[in-house]
Amino acid sequence: MLGKLTLEAIPYHEPIIVIVLAAVILGGAALAGLITYMRKWTYLWTEWLTSVDHKKIGMMYIIVALVMLLRGFSDAIMMRSQQMLASTGGEGYLPPEHYDQIFTAHGVIMIFFVAMPFVIGLINVVVPLQIGARDVAFPFLNSLSFWLFVVGVILVNISLGLGEFAKTGWLAYPPLSGANYSPGVGVDYWIWSLQISGVGTLLTGVNFVATILKMRAPGMSLMKMPVFTWTALCANVLIIAAFPILTATIAMLTLDRYLDFHFFTNDLGGNMMMYVNLIWAWGHPEVYILVLPVFGVFSEVIATFSKKKLFGYTSLVWATIVITILSFVVWLHHFFTMGAGADVNAFFGIATMIISIPTGVKIFNWLFTMYRGRIEMTSPVLWTLGFMVTFTIGGMTGVLLAVPGANYVLHNSLFLIAHFHNVIIGGVVFGAMAGITYWFPKATGFMLCEKWGKRSFWFWIVGFYLAFMPLYILGFMGMTRRLQHVDNPLWVPYLVVAFIGAVLILIGIVCTVIQIVVSIKNRDQLQDTTGDIWGGRTLEWSTTSPAPFYNFAHEPQVKELDEFWEMKERGHEEAAKKPYAPIHMPRNAAAGVIISGFSLIFGFALIWHIWWLAIVGLVGMIASFIVRSFNYDTDYYVSVEEVERVEREGRERRSLPGARTPTDTVVQG
Amino acid sequence: MANNAMTSHDGAHDAHDDHEHHDANGLKVFGFWLYLLSDCILFSMLFAAYVVLSQAYAGGPTGAEIFELDFVLVETALLLASSFTYGLAMLGMNRGDSSAVIKWLMITFVCGAGFIAMEIYEFHHLIVNDMGPDRSAFLSAFFALVGTHGLHVTVGLIWMALLIIQVKQKGLTEAHRGRLMMLSLFWHFLDVIWICVFTVVYLTGVML
Ligand code: HEM
Ligand SMILES: [Cu+2]
Repeated sequence: MLGKLTLEAIPYHEPIIVIVLAAVILGGAALAGLITYMRKWTYLWTEWLTSVDHKKIGMMYIIVALVMLLRGFSDAIMMRSQQMLASTGGEGYLPPEHYDQIFTAHGVIMIFFVAMPFVIGLINVVVPLQIGARDVAFPFLNSLSFWLFVVGVILVNISLGLGEFAKTGWLAYPPLSGANYSPGVGVDYWIWSLQISGVGTLLTGVNFVATILKMRAPGMSLMKMPVFTWTALCANVLIIAAFPILTATIAMLTLDRYLDFHFFTNDLGGNMMMYVNLIWAWGHPEVYILVLPVFGVFSEVIATFSKKKLFGYTSLVWATIVITILSFVVWLHHFFTMGAGADVNAFFGIATMIISIPTGVKIFNWLFTMYRGRIEMTSPVLWTLGFMVTFTIGGMTGVLLAVPGANYVLHNSLFLIAHFHNVIIGGVVFGAMAGITYWFPKATGFMLCEKWGKRSFWFWIVGFYLAFMPLYILGFMGMTRRLQHVDNPLWVPYLVVAFIGAVLILIGIVCTVIQIVVSIKNRDQLQDTTGDIWGGRTLEWSTTSPAPFYNFAHEPQVKELDEFWEMKERGHEEAAKKPYAPIHMPRNAAAGVIISGFSLIFGFALIWHIWWLAIVGLVGMIASFIVRSFNYDTDYYVSVEEVERVEREGRERRSLPGARTPTDTVVQG
Repeated sequence: MANNAMTSHDGAHDAHDDHEHHDANGLKVFGFWLYLLSDCILFSMLFAAYVVLSQAYAGGPTGAEIFELDFVLVETALLLASSFTYGLAMLGMNRGDSSAVIKWLMITFVCGAGFIAMEIYEFHHLIVNDMGPDRSAFLSAFFALVGTHGLHVTVGLIWMALLIIQVKQKGLTEAHRGRLMMLSLFWHFLDVIWICVFTVVYLTGVML
């Protein structure tokens, strides 16, 4: 009846997990109680959960990402302390089978449920505003994407309290991840959480490529598109091209595990190296899916706060396009040691070095933008400067790893771990923090407190260097990755420093949490009444903060790159005189939540081999799709009176006191 | 262009609207092309896996031993015919003749269902004779590739049945025209994929 699911699945004999679970359950109950007490369920349902407004969906992505950052980081600091404790002869406190789940969960969560939603969340909030559109091409699909992603998050978190997570490393290589060597449900949690959220990501890719190519304001030719939008376009093209590979690869693994297929098994002709090829054919483009948009964030931040046009817009766009294409011809650098032969390795080594050139070009774009600019040292700028230094170091160690000869020595060592954290924290995490701080007032109407933002930055960056520079050295000393226990006294000091670094990062994360709380509390003083608090250059700053749900009362007409900046130069009030017209908008939709709910049932049932329930989930998904297809009333017109009312409120807001420049805020925030 | 779905708004619509929702179907069809692109990549991966494993018989049967070209030829004919009849349905749609659309969709449906029935028969036949996907990596790849195509056709059939009902109910509204166009793309796309399957799997298989 319940497949493999029994009471034994609850790890009540593991005190750490029990405590965590209790905290999660109590916290969840408290939250639910609070919402009930404040009678906010209806509000939550109608204004957020069923919303198809790209700004709200974007904010929800980012909120989930922040929560999952806490989870992913807990895993990280547990690993750091375990390695420190178990390097001086002790046992540590995490048994191997638990430790293996932790590094797998950490990697999966950080990549799929932190970095991805940060990036997709920012794209959601910003891109339609930047191109002067009123929503995305397919608003309902956007809501569905989000909720499928949430299903992935939920499944990963259920694995904490019910059963286990994969012990295979974040990419679940077979044959270890096959049914013979991983008979438990761990790999199945991995499979279904990634498969379901991956479908959501794929739909996001389709949605945003269509949005960017088809819904730009009149006059915005491709080469007048803001850089962030360009990078978002390339990232979403990569999603369309790369995520089907992930889907297919995981599907094959699924068939191996569930139906005794032999794609990747040891016996009967299976070929596990094919898995490694396939998964990295997705995996390498994936890193550019993450990093290209944050390159866009940094470009916007640098141009705005240097009060200058971005240096070399065209070269930056072309560099992005070149990276997009080349990202598909370097995947083999993840397994030079597979033994494909010297020629193949040489090809991929050289390709990898070539792809670093356009990235280097970008660094110079940013440097020259700042050169002779009047740079305002706000926290987004700090994150950007931190990124430029850190990412450059990470890029150089990456080029080192691209030398096949050196790679044979460093492969699978902590040098590699240091390298990719170097680019992914220095790039994606710093970029997400910069982007969130920069666009926060646009989404919410008030700024984030600068003081705590800067504290967070300093703890992050110092913590980062302490936590990861020792790993480069440990890598050279021969320490490999994924070790639950080591006993080389020479490594101990480095592991201790790395642990201290992780503690500093923890403080940095706490600062961010405090920053958010403090900013919400002091939101009246932090109001952005101008809509253009930083002196921005692109269209999102031409509407009020927070942007009205229809974004723009009049569709912007674009004549130049950095249109809003040019508008301000020209004096942009002329547009306000035109009469308003009704605005066509999509209606909220519950179907996204419902379909995803059934997909959660479907995934959960398959993980536990509860076949009847899986059928319920599948039929439910199809049926709710069909029901939705009979609903023809999916959009409406906002009346002129409504537009007038919202715009009047916006104007009144502008005349309120409290508009302040960033430099003021630095003092007061 | 007939704009039944939005008649009530037409005045407001024409008075102002900017580019965005003028051509909702155009946007949808464009998005659907993007989706097909991604589906194409999904199939490429399955083809790649099939090619890699196409000789991994592990002592089991080879392609030449199990493929029956005559049978597959009939399957192919059914699917090609269904693409043709779908085309006739689209011609009916362009004339605004909803009963022709329904008629041709039904014929298309029957051809598609026939194709699926034959595929199920083939799979069943192989599995009961101990030549299922668990026999060898070659057979795994074969079942996965052909099965994924079959699954797509099945989804197309469900979608088609739904559209038949919807066109019957409300006629050729703007929304339904968009859906018919998208299903048309999907259906022809599956035909193209099948031609590749036929060539790479069956034709090449019997020669190896
Ligand atoms: C915030 C501070 C972070 C710390 C202290 C940290 C620490 C660690 C540690 C100790 C490991 C295991 C290394 C080993 O195998 O011995 C690890 C692995 C990993 N980390 Fe992080 N990490 C952090 C952030 C991130 C972020 C932001 C990402 C991605 C967005 C990330 C992605 C990964 C991945 C993919 C692995 C590999 C997991 C595996 O071996 O399968 N980490 N990290
Ligand atoms: Cu790579």
